[in-house]
Amino acid sequence: MALSLSPGGAGGVDPRLRRKKARDRLRTVGFLSPWLVGFSVFFGYPLIATGYFSFMHYNQIKQPEFVGWRNWSYVFTQMPLFGPALWNTLWLVVVMVALRVVFGIGVGLLVTKLKSGIGFFRTAFYVPYLAPPVAATVAFVFLLNPATGPVNELLSKVGVHAPNWFNDPAWSKPSLVMLSLWGIGDLMVIFMAALLDVPKEQYEAAELDGAGPWARFRYVTWPNITPIVMFAVVTGVVQTMQYYTQALVAGKLASGVTIGPGTVIQPGYPDHSTITVPQLVYQLGFQNFNTGAACVLSLVLFAIAMAVTILLMRRSSGLLSAED
Amino acid sequence: MTTPTPSAAQAATVPATTAGRLPEARQPVRTPSPGSTAALRRARRTRVLHWIAVHSTAVALALAFVLPFVFVFLTSVMSDRQAMSGELWPTSWHWDNYATVFRTPGFLDWWRNSLMYALLGTLFTVCSSLPVAYALAKFRFRGRRTAMLLVISTMMLPPQVIVVPMYLVWAQQFHLSGSLWPLIIPMAFGDAYSIFLLRQFLLTIPKEYIESARVDGCGELRTLLRIIVPMAKPGIAAVALFQFFYCWNDYFGPQIYAAQNPGAWTLSYGLESFKSAHSVDWNLTMAATLLVMAPVIIVFFFAQKAFVEGVTLTGVKG
Repeated sequence: MALSLSPGGAGGVDPRLRRKKARDRLRTVGFLSPWLVGFSVFFGYPLIATGYFSFMHYNQIKQPEFVGWRNWSYVFTQMPLFGPALWNTLWLVVVMVALRVVFGIGVGLLVTKLKSGIGFFRTAFYVPYLAPPVAATVAFVFLLNPATGPVNELLSKVGVHAPNWFNDPAWSKPSLVMLSLWGIGDLMVIFMAALLDVPKEQYEAAELDGAGPWARFRYVTWPNITPIVMFAVVTGVVQTMQYYTQALVAGKLASGVTIGPGTVIQPGYPDHSTITVPQLVYQLGFQNFNTGAACVLSLVLFAIAMAVTILLMRRSSGLLSAED
Repeated sequence: MTTPTPSAAQAATVPATTAGRLPEARQPVRTPSPGSTAALRRARRTRVLHWIAVHSTAVALALAFVLPFVFVFLTSVMSDRQAMSGELWPTSWHWDNYATVFRTPGFLDWWRNSLMYALLGTLFTVCSSLPVAYALAKFRFRGRRTAMLLVISTMMLPPQVIVVPMYLVWAQQFHLSGSLWPLIIPMAFGDAYSIFLLRQFLLTIPKEYIESARVDGCGELRTLLRIIVPMAKPGIAAVALFQFFYCWNDYFGPQIYAAQNPGAWTLSYGLESFKSAHSVDWNLTMAATLLVMAPVIIVFFFAQKAFVEGVTLTGVKG
């Protein structure tokens, strides 16, 4: 990254000014240095290495061996779990992000409409977001356990035929969505702040025009919170692309595997319905020691994440230019 | 806010917005006219109904959010046999389940490892990210925009993208696999998300403070430590909390680097093996689950304000 030769650095400038410029440059580099090192060593290098290994056959013991596009064609045409993993990740990106945004706006609206007990309700809706993902997943696998879980116990008392949740391929992803909706706290806080920022006068004007609740939401609230909705969607997509811990833990625990972590199990229980692309990277790279294929998948993930990031940059350049 | 209108048709639109008010709040009647009392009564009734609807929805939803914790807690104090039965209320209270969890081999090590990872990680991240964020927020230099773009891109990137070569470096060059150091050391070199948040916060500090410090002959580092840090405390607190929670919750990192060595496991990672080892003892697993959740929730109640500030910072002030 070029850190500027100042304009007008040509001859004939006061040497004192030039010295100051040089000092400023040194100062800037000094302050940025932790990140300059971190960025090149912990980001630039591994990214290039990922590209390199994607063309190598490497089992992490013998020397890497160049194999051309073979890893790529293997991943895209032969690898049995690539299809399900991609499908599950896309499913989660679409359904989970959409429902989280809608639910986040809903809960945010509800809390802003409350007149008593706001503090209590806000805390109640927020705290589950803080539960560590592994702990929250263990708790949900227990709560939704078909045999003895309290949820199905309660449902059967009121005569509802409850599904098998994490043990049913059709319900495992919706169960993960429920888990993610329980942790809506972050979005709720963001949307609450956005909703409270909507100018009161606009609501009053809309009322005078006889706008009902829906019309007020559609023509006053919505246009005011669209930037925040955009932000929530994009960050949600990025987070869901990395969706790993909950899906892995839920699958493992629900399958009743009684051996410790690190053991090779068929991932994505039940029926590959919870395997995601990041899980596949882990499986290929750290269980099958197929470094090449793992790196191909990493690059696929990278490409999608970059596309989403570029979208974010274009839609909210405010992130960058907040000062000038 | 709204003034009651004489027309019944228009009055019907009023309650929705005034619904927030307590039902007993009286509306001043400005224009008395023949039909208005009935309309007003109807308006007030709708308002009461609306108040009830909003609050009962909130109560129902709050129940759904809190009940998981309640069930986890109730199960954690059940006897072994009852925990498998599907009953909801413990017949006898077995507080010693918690003692059993603490006596599980390794559990205290996991606590120690989690604390070390979270505390060192937080310390390193804040110390290394603050100067970078300060430079990005307050210095003018060519390439500043590019640098910011790169920070945001790294922030958005799934950790799985670079994990394979990174692991190979730590394992083959430094022989550090089987420990948490490959996760902690990089935090001494700036964390993109923390840099981004701190920069957003530092942007809100007026330039004049820095300029006057400069005029007084204060060096840049001194300005940062003496002037900026005290003013940026809320932002720094939020970033520190986020990083602490990130480390505490991290599962992927310890799985990659510490899996082979149970002595280096963290709570988040060990919890899953705890469940696997006690597959039928839901009571012990739930006690362990609560013990993993407890620290973050306790920290939250002590630092609620800083936390909410931080969450808002990510989205709204951008």
